[in-house]
Amino acid sequence: MAAVQVSEAEKVYIMHGVRDDLRLDGRGCEDYRHMEIETDVVSNTDGSAKISLGHTDVLVGIKAEIGKPKPMVPDEGYLEFFVDCSANATPEFEGRGGEELGMGLSNTLYKVFNNRHSVDLRSLCICPGESCWVLYVDVLLLQCDGNLFDAISIAIKAALFNTRIPKVHISEDEEGVKEIVLSDDPYDCMRLNVENVPCIVSLCKIGHRHVVDATLQEKACSVASLLISVTHKGMVTCVRKMGGGSLDPESIFEMTEAGKRVGKALHAPLMELLQKEESLGKKRQKVGFLG
Amino acid sequence: MAVEMRLPAVHKHISLATSQSNRDDKHLVVPGDVITSDTGFMRGHGTYMDEDRLTASVAGEVERVNKLICVRPLKTRYNGEVGDVVVGRITEVQQKRWKVETNSRLDSVLLLSSVNLPGGELRRRSTQDELAMRDYLQEGDLINAEVQSIFSDGALSLHTRSLKYGKLGQGVLVLVSPSLVKRQKTHFHNLPCGASIILGNNGYVWLYPTPGHQDEEAGGYYTSMEPVSLSDREVISRLRNCLLALSAHKVLLYDTSVLYCYEASLPHQIKDILKPEIMEEIILETRTRLVEHEG
Repeated sequence: MAAVQVSEAEKVYIMHGVRDDLRLDGRGCEDYRHMEIETDVVSNTDGSAKISLGHTDVLVGIKAEIGKPKPMVPDEGYLEFFVDCSANATPEFEGRGGEELGMGLSNTLYKVFNNRHSVDLRSLCICPGESCWVLYVDVLLLQCDGNLFDAISIAIKAALFNTRIPKVHISEDEEGVKEIVLSDDPYDCMRLNVENVPCIVSLCKIGHRHVVDATLQEKACSVASLLISVTHKGMVTCVRKMGGGSLDPESIFEMTEAGKRVGKALHAPLMELLQKEESLGKKRQKVGFLG
Repeated sequence: MAVEMRLPAVHKHISLATSQSNRDDKHLVVPGDVITSDTGFMRGHGTYMDEDRLTASVAGEVERVNKLICVRPLKTRYNGEVGDVVVGRITEVQQKRWKVETNSRLDSVLLLSSVNLPGGELRRRSTQDELAMRDYLQEGDLINAEVQSIFSDGALSLHTRSLKYGKLGQGVLVLVSPSLVKRQKTHFHNLPCGASIILGNNGYVWLYPTPGHQDEEAGGYYTSMEPVSLSDREVISRLRNCLLALSAHKVLLYDTSVLYCYEASLPHQIKDILKPEIMEEIILETRTRLVEHEG
């Protein structure tokens, strides 16, 4: 992750602040920074979303393509994740510098979504065993200021909500050759049910307490962090420990409980915001990148 | 636990109704704009000649001194001048000198002979001093120093040969654009709200709790790791958010503007200051007070 250098005295200041529940910008230990979410920003994708969480900017684009289902599960579609760390974010990402981070992020996303409940994969099936929808989820990191996982997961949820997959039906001609026919109406689309899509919460351990939504300076003071992906019902789909330091079992339990609580509370405002944005329809003033 | 999500809104430009004259006098240009077609002028920094026409190469304000035209950019790397106070971070420890990052085009240099030795002795630096360099300043440490001279390639040579310069202790660093820091007689201020501020000319602003009445060791060698009190912390966090709000709206930073912004932000919670609408409200009030103060 792009890192900033902090001096020992600054680290001490940050740690004492976290202990007193007053971080550098006045937030409490479990407060998020100011978040702005917008969907449908990239016109040639089937679904897209852009989120800015403080100074972290993430853009997600989803394209639906027809492919062959996996042999083990012939009646389900699947998702493919790719995270690209743009050199805009920090000069360290130039060339192949951001590849390692990108691979780490994609692998975690695979783990988070690797269960039957997050996205209804059966709805992505067109013809069992022969063709299905494959959703290519591409994540682009535009600016990096800590807390990438949370931002990416919220953006993915918003983009999946925004995704419109064209409706298709199978037609068989006389020789029995199946053909996939797209409906004529371009607005005839299928939407995904994103209720059970999880959101990732990263908790960084600083001193004896943990913080949610750490900035790069706070990250430099923490030795270990825990990633928890939580659905709106509070179900945990993936837990991962990052960082070189150690966490003792009590802290892991405490952090998991806090993560579940924080993660559960993320979903309701997000869905409300997405519904509100959709209800604005054509009247919505698109801000995009030049706001 | 607070989560606040919203749809993005187009950034509004706040303008004061009274300060129209201010805006009309400024000649703002973007790269490629023709400044003048008159060939009688000498071209300064930020300009180039494009077929007999003087064109701007950076985005900023045109300055004219008699026959010299130059463009002062708004967002730029720090260009040091002798006598400036800067706050920097040590990036490397080399033989007989430290490399300091000061938001300029090249890393600045702090020579071993330009620092005060602990105990305040004045003697020639020996090889033992060279080996003990890392005990004094390590990679990642923050210092505040003064620019002593400029090398021919543009790198700055710093010195900390005064009791007010040296290693910085506990506090918060805020990064703003160097062009927003106003040049003043002194850059060290003890604000009446209860914290102290160092406005580095290079855009690095250091906020720290006002030191109590204790005798200072030579050159700020000793950094206290005692926990800072909660009230001081709140003041510093509020000042930090105010500085970020001022820099987002391109308000010139000096002790008065920072203080007015602090006072305007008191009715709000510290973490709310960075919300766009509250930021606009605070900046509008600050600007109004500043115009009254100058008028």
